Amino acid sequence: MKNVLATGLIGLSLAVSGHAYAEPVKIGVITTLSGGGAGLGIDMRDAFTLAIKQSGNKDIELVIEDDAQKPELAVQIAEKMIQSDKVDLMTGIIWSNLAMAVVPNAVAQDVIYLSPNAGPSALAGANCHPNYFNVAYQNDNFHEAMGQYANQDYKNTFILAPNYPAGKDSLTGFKRFYKGELAGEVYTQVGQTDYAAEIAQIRASGADSVFFFLPGGMGIAFMKQYAQSGVDIPVMGPGFSFSQDVLPAVGDAALGVKNSATWAKDLDNEASKEFVEAFQSEYKRLPSIYAAQSWDTANLILSALSKASVQDKEAFRAALKEADFNSVRGEFKFNTNNHPVQNVYIREVVKEDNVLTNTIVGTAFEDHKDAYAEQCNMQ
Amino acid sequence: MSTALLIEQLLNGLQLGVMLFLMAAGLTLIFGVMGLINLAHGSFYMAGAFACATVAAATGSFWIGLIASLIAAAAAGAIVEMAVIRRLYERDHLDQVLATFALILIFSEGTRWLFGSFPLYLDIPPLLQGAVPLPGGGQYQLYRLAIIGVGIVVAIGLYLLISRTRLGMRIRAGESDREMIAALGVDISTLYTVVFALGAALAGLAGALVGALQSVQVGMGEPVLILAFVVIVIGGIGSIKGALFGAVLVGVVDTMGRFLLPQALSLVLPPSQTALISGALASMLIYIVMALILAFRPTGLFAAQP
Repeated sequence: MKNVLATGLIGLSLAVSGHAYAEPVKIGVITTLSGGGAGLGIDMRDAFTLAIKQSGNKDIELVIEDDAQKPELAVQIAEKMIQSDKVDLMTGIIWSNLAMAVVPNAVAQDVIYLSPNAGPSALAGANCHPNYFNVAYQNDNFHEAMGQYANQDYKNTFILAPNYPAGKDSLTGFKRFYKGELAGEVYTQVGQTDYAAEIAQIRASGADSVFFFLPGGMGIAFMKQYAQSGVDIPVMGPGFSFSQDVLPAVGDAALGVKNSATWAKDLDNEASKEFVEAFQSEYKRLPSIYAAQSWDTANLILSALSKASVQDKEAFRAALKEADFNSVRGEFKFNTNNHPVQNVYIREVVKEDNVLTNTIVGTAFEDHKDAYAEQCNMQ
Repeated sequence: MSTALLIEQLLNGLQLGVMLFLMAAGLTLIFGVMGLINLAHGSFYMAGAFACATVAAATGSFWIGLIASLIAAAAAGAIVEMAVIRRLYERDHLDQVLATFALILIFSEGTRWLFGSFPLYLDIPPLLQGAVPLPGGGQYQLYRLAIIGVGIVVAIGLYLLISRTRLGMRIRAGESDREMIAALGVDISTLYTVVFALGAALAGLAGALVGALQSVQVGMGEPVLILAFVVIVIGGIGSIKGALFGAVLVGVVDTMGRFLLPQALSLVLPPSQTALISGALASMLIYIVMALILAFRPTGLFAAQP
C-alpha cells in the first residue's frame, strides 16, 4: 500500500514538473468564420486549434468568436473577451481594418495581441506597442518582394489595386523596390467583380508585365477574366491571390504565375513538413499561408508559455520576443518593433496530382525588415 | 486611344448593363406587381451561380448547369414566396426590408453550410471560349458577346410575355389594381408565386452566367443588388422598360468612367494623384448620375405609376 502511494506521488510530482507553469491560460481568438472572407479565418482557426491540440497542453482554454469581417462586431467581441472572459492573450484577426479597430484598444488594456495575418503600417511604425506582436508580416512586405523580383525581367509594369488603405500600401510597397517605368497605375473599387475595362486598358498600355493586388473574390474574378481575355502579358502579385484557399476557384488560369510569400508547402525544413502532414491528415486539404502563419503563432505562444507565466507580463513578453520556436518559415526573429525579420520567397503556381499549389522558385529578400521599424520607439 | 479600344469598352459597358438588367428586371417586376422590396434578390443570384457551378462540376457540362441554375433559383424563389414573402405583402416596407434582410443571412449561412467556405470553380463552356475580331482591329471575348445576346433575348421575351400573353395581362392588371383582379376571380396568390419565381429565375440566370467570369462565393449577390437598386431607381420603379434603359445606362457610364476619367484627369493633374482621384471619382459616377436624374425626374425615367 505504501509503495503504491509512493509511486503515485512520484508520478504526480513528475507530471507537475513537466509543466513548470501549469496554470490555466485563456486565449481569445477573433477571426472571420462567416461571410465571403470566411475561408481565410477557417484556415486560421483550424491550424491554431490543431497546434494547441498536438501540444497536449491541457491548460490552454480557447475562446473562439466570429467577427463576420465587420470591424464594429470585432470591437464588441474584443471588449467582451477582455472584460468578461478575462483573456490573457488575443489573436486571430485576418483583416487590417479590423485589426486597426481592435488592437490599439486591446493592447492599451494590457492584453497581449499576436497577429496571425494583418500587419497595417500604422501598428508597425509610430503606433507600435510592447503588447503587440506581429507573427505574420508587415502589409508592405509581399508587395516589396514582387517589386524587387520585377526588376529582374520587366521594365514597364502596369499596376493595380483596390482603392482602400491596404491597396495603397500595396502599390507603395511595390514602387519602393521597383526601378522600371509604370505603364499604368489604376485603383479599382473595393468589391469590384468585373475587370473588363481595366483589362482593355492593360491590353492597350503596351506594358511588359502586370502587378495586381486584389484579395479574395476580386482576385479570382480578375485572374479568370484576364485568362479569358486572351491578353498574354505575364501577371504577378502577392501570394494572397494564389493561396491554397482560392487556387481551386481560379483554376488553370493561375498556372505559372509568379507570386510572393514567406512560405510555401515545399519549403525545406522539418517544422514545415510536420505542419503540412498534420494539417492534411486532420482536415483532408492543403494548408494555406494563413494556416501556416497561425500555426507559427500558436507555437510561439506555446514556446513562451514553457518559459514564463502569462501572469508576469514583463517576463512573458520577453519570452515571446525571443521567438524560440520552430517556425514553418525557417529562420524567424522579431525586429525592434515586434514585427518579423524573415525571408520572402518568389513562388510559382504549379499542378501536383491534379491539385493547384505553389512551389518556391527563388528568394526575393533574405532577413527582410519592414520600412516602418525606425519610426517605432518602444520603451 | 484607338477606335477598337473605344468599341471594346462600349461593349464591356453594354455587357455589364445586360447583366444588371437580368437582376433589375426581376426586382422591378416584384416591386411593380406585389409592391414588395426584396433585399434577398441577390441570394437568388448566388443560388443560381452555386447550382450552376455544382452541377457543371458533377456533369462536366456548363449547359446542364445553366438549366439547373434556372430551376434552382426558380424553386428557391417559389419556396421563399410561399413560406415567407406571402406574409409580407400587407405589411409596410420596413417590415419587408427587415424580413428579406434576414433571408439574406439565412441564405448565406445555408449556402456555406452546404458548399463550404471556399469559393467554387466555374469556367466558361468550350463552345464560347476565344474571341471574335472587332472592326478597327481589336478583339472581343465571345462569351461576353453571348451574355449580351442572352440579355437581348430575355428583354424581347419579357416584352412578349407581358404584352402578348394571358399571364402578362394578369401581371399588368396586378400592377394597376390588385384588389380588382382578385375580385374578378384571378388566383392572385398563384400569380404572385409565379412572378416571384420568374424574377428569381432571371437573377439565377445572371448569377450562373456571371459566375463563369467571376468567383462563385458566399455573398456574391449583394454588391450586384446595390447596383440593381440604382438601376430600378433610375429607370422608374416597376417598369421593365426603365430597368432595361437604366441597366444599360449604368453599365456604360460605369465602364466608360473607369476608362475615360483617368485619361481626362491626367491632362490636368500630376500622375501621382491621377490614379487615386480618378479611382475615387469613377466609383462615385453612377451615384452622381442617379442623383442628377432624380433631381429632374423624381420618379425615374419611365415610372410605371406617376
